[in-house]
Amino acid sequence: MTTETPMDKTTDTTKVSTAPATPIIPLPHTAARALTVAGSALALAGTFLAWTWTDEFPGKLTITGYPGGLQVLTLVGSVLTLLFALSGYGIRGLGWLTPGGKNSPVLLAALGVFGTTGYAMGAISYELGGLVNLEPGAWVSGIGALVAVIGALGLPVDQPYDAADPTPNLWGRIRHSLTAPEPGRAKDLPSWAEILIIAAGFGVGLYVFAYGIGTEYSELFIGFLIITGFGFTAVTRAGLLKRLSALTAKHRNVAMAAAFVAAICFPFTQTNDQFALIGANILIFATVALGLNVVVGLAGLLDLGYVAFLGVGAYAAALVSGSPQSSIGVEFPFWAAVLTGAAASLIFGVVIGAPTLRLRGDYLAIVTLGFGEIFRITMNNLNGNSGPDVTNGSNGIPNIPDLEIFGFNLGLPHNVLGTELTRSGNYYLLMLLCTAIVVLVFRRSAESRIGRAWVAIREDETAATAMGINGFRLKLLAFALGAALAGLAGTVQAHVSYSVTPEQYQFAGSVPPNSAFLLAAVILGGMGTISGPLIGAALLYLIPAKLQFMAEYQLLLFGVALMLLMRFRPEGLVADRRKQLEFHETGQLDVPEDKPLPEGATGVAKAGA
Amino acid sequence: MTTTTTAPTATTVLDASGVTMRFGGLTAVRDVNLTVNTGEIVGLIGPNGAGKTTFFNCLTGLYVPTEGKVAYKGTVLPPKPHLVTQAGIARTFQNIRLFANMTVLENVLVGRHTRTKEGLWSALLRLPGFKKAEEESRARAMELLEFTGLAAKADHLARNLPYGEQRKLEIARALASEPGLLLLDEPTAGMNPQETRAAEELIFAIRDQGIAVLVIEHDIRFIMNLCDRVAVLVQGEKIVEGPAEVVQADERVIAAYLGTPFEGEPGTAEAAEVEAAEADAQSTTEGDDK
Repeated sequence: MTTETPMDKTTDTTKVSTAPATPIIPLPHTAARALTVAGSALALAGTFLAWTWTDEFPGKLTITGYPGGLQVLTLVGSVLTLLFALSGYGIRGLGWLTPGGKNSPVLLAALGVFGTTGYAMGAISYELGGLVNLEPGAWVSGIGALVAVIGALGLPVDQPYDAADPTPNLWGRIRHSLTAPEPGRAKDLPSWAEILIIAAGFGVGLYVFAYGIGTEYSELFIGFLIITGFGFTAVTRAGLLKRLSALTAKHRNVAMAAAFVAAICFPFTQTNDQFALIGANILIFATVALGLNVVVGLAGLLDLGYVAFLGVGAYAAALVSGSPQSSIGVEFPFWAAVLTGAAASLIFGVVIGAPTLRLRGDYLAIVTLGFGEIFRITMNNLNGNSGPDVTNGSNGIPNIPDLEIFGFNLGLPHNVLGTELTRSGNYYLLMLLCTAIVVLVFRRSAESRIGRAWVAIREDETAATAMGINGFRLKLLAFALGAALAGLAGTVQAHVSYSVTPEQYQFAGSVPPNSAFLLAAVILGGMGTISGPLIGAALLYLIPAKLQFMAEYQLLLFGVALMLLMRFRPEGLVADRRKQLEFHETGQLDVPEDKPLPEGATGVAKAGA
Repeated sequence: MTTTTTAPTATTVLDASGVTMRFGGLTAVRDVNLTVNTGEIVGLIGPNGAGKTTFFNCLTGLYVPTEGKVAYKGTVLPPKPHLVTQAGIARTFQNIRLFANMTVLENVLVGRHTRTKEGLWSALLRLPGFKKAEEESRARAMELLEFTGLAAKADHLARNLPYGEQRKLEIARALASEPGLLLLDEPTAGMNPQETRAAEELIFAIRDQGIAVLVIEHDIRFIMNLCDRVAVLVQGEKIVEGPAEVVQADERVIAAYLGTPFEGEPGTAEAAEVEAAEADAQSTTEGDDK
């Protein structure tokens, strides 16, 4: 038997300490910060000058002394950069801005300004034909933004390099300089102040969202996307989002109410009916995505034909709406129509689910895809030629009358509190009520015995059944609940869009909601969360609607975006804790602190004695 | 230390008779009869591939046995896993099958599923019973976590627990369904001696709560300490059943594990030679060390 020799013993200990990080551009700290501040101030000043000479480029960029269009975005970005940079100076009263990272938010905000300004300059030169079309103001802002980025790259890096990779290459260093440590625990504020902060947070969110919907030309929308993308990341890195989400977690009901109120305010900020209609359509899309989240996110059933349930709800509502083309020709009051739509969807869900839910994984996905298409083709064929005349075939059911609830005609504009509420605004509010119901259903079912059973089935179906869960029954329940929620949204959709045709309910099409986009909204936003599908749906609806010039490449770009997302953030934009851990092996980092052991609770010793 | 002899009057908890499981031409389990009485810890041992886990799967409804029936406290069990659990048989898995991305507490709460009744409507409308039932479930789950020594980690994700604690959590989860019989599939696989010792204590504690235990294990010492009765499964057939000491000494068991001596077995002379050579080799290596 060999004993261990002393030579075998390894003497080198693994490196526990982490390598200190160096800035990308070696600059003295003070000089770097001064450059950043000066650069962003210059960019800020430039927005008050004219950027171009002609009104052919939209957005009133020709006026000196009054920023407009893309200039406003640069202005907002520079202010954000300035604030973050000044907070790094330790100026009293600004410290709260950067509880997490101190310098990476500055860099991100500076990059956002640079991106927006650079894009604006590029767009002006491209559309008007040459750099000569740029007025000095554009150069002032552009150079200012560049100086700010250079300065920000010289700022010290927020956290040391990973112990695993102490000497990253240039790309690794750039990526690293954009990371930041998590903020520590915030000190407790009086609860009214916390609630005020939540309200302010949602107010800002609403404003940004409404601004995005209200962008009138695609250049402005792209600039908006650039600046919000960078700005949002900067705010996240600064730790503000973490602080806000800690507050919302603490005052959950207040936060829900604040979000709801902010959403109610939206149609009052829109004077243009077209934008309110976008809002209503986003809500329809988002509500259905949230319903799909019950099926996919909680129970883990991949449903590729989900839009059929929306269709069933919409067709049911259209048939009982009193439309002259409806083959039934009855007119139900709204509440009855909603119940009819949801019930029809529910029955359809059970009928489809009962045979298909015996399958697992990919097989289920393919079968649901098939049923989704069967629904559309059936609706096409119930036209009196190839089948009984129920749905008018491909013509669909047009002329669906506007709803009238308690004598309030949703089709007419109304004057509420001195503001004109348009037809789409009315439907937006009605749809918001549906969304609220679906949010409530999702939240309550997720936090119950049933919700836990769904998650257990998603995690490991065999183990779940061995724990006494009737897998088939609960999956059917999830399927039926999801279907009913989609049917609910469908009843409103039928009225919003005036007509119901089979072509609205495809697997993949150019206009959401369709099954592919619904699933994408859930995955993009974050499976199993409430806010994820809402945000995902908003993005997936807004981006194609606003960027119509690239309609031909829409699906291509969509695919690229999904691939990038799966590469860099597979848990979705809004991650619940589980998913974050599942996809990033940060493992133990997220472990909550050990609670002190209760007196004498050494488990077995106590119980077994 | 705690081996209690079962009284002949003890009631039968589990009665498996003539269980046979065939996969096509392969008979994994052949005509196995096994009973477990209240307050008993029964061991099931056998070489790898003997059909122990298959037999477990037949008992818990994961497999539908080709022949034979399984009765729990006198009623024949339907071959549906969730109904078996509802009837009162809970199990753990050989390769740990926790709900990895749920917290420790949630895992145990899932185990409570069959013993609670709050349905979807109750959850959606928050009917009066809902809150009370949730609180009771939580209290019971925390009790079980304290029993298994995991209470301090209730909010951790199951996947973040060390291996030994994941095994404990599986047991806690199984206990949450308030079983009358607990089936443990290799509860100490991959554990160090201390952990094995702790697992032993835990199983005795479970038995003392009046839950019968049927345990598959490879660690013979563990089985000998723990079990009142041991059954040996070899190539799908039960060859011996009896008290631990009897089984340990049984020739057929030794043969199954170690094989039968072949003709021309090395005699004492050869054995001595080998020993001498080993001793020699050892002294040389020790010399090298210096």
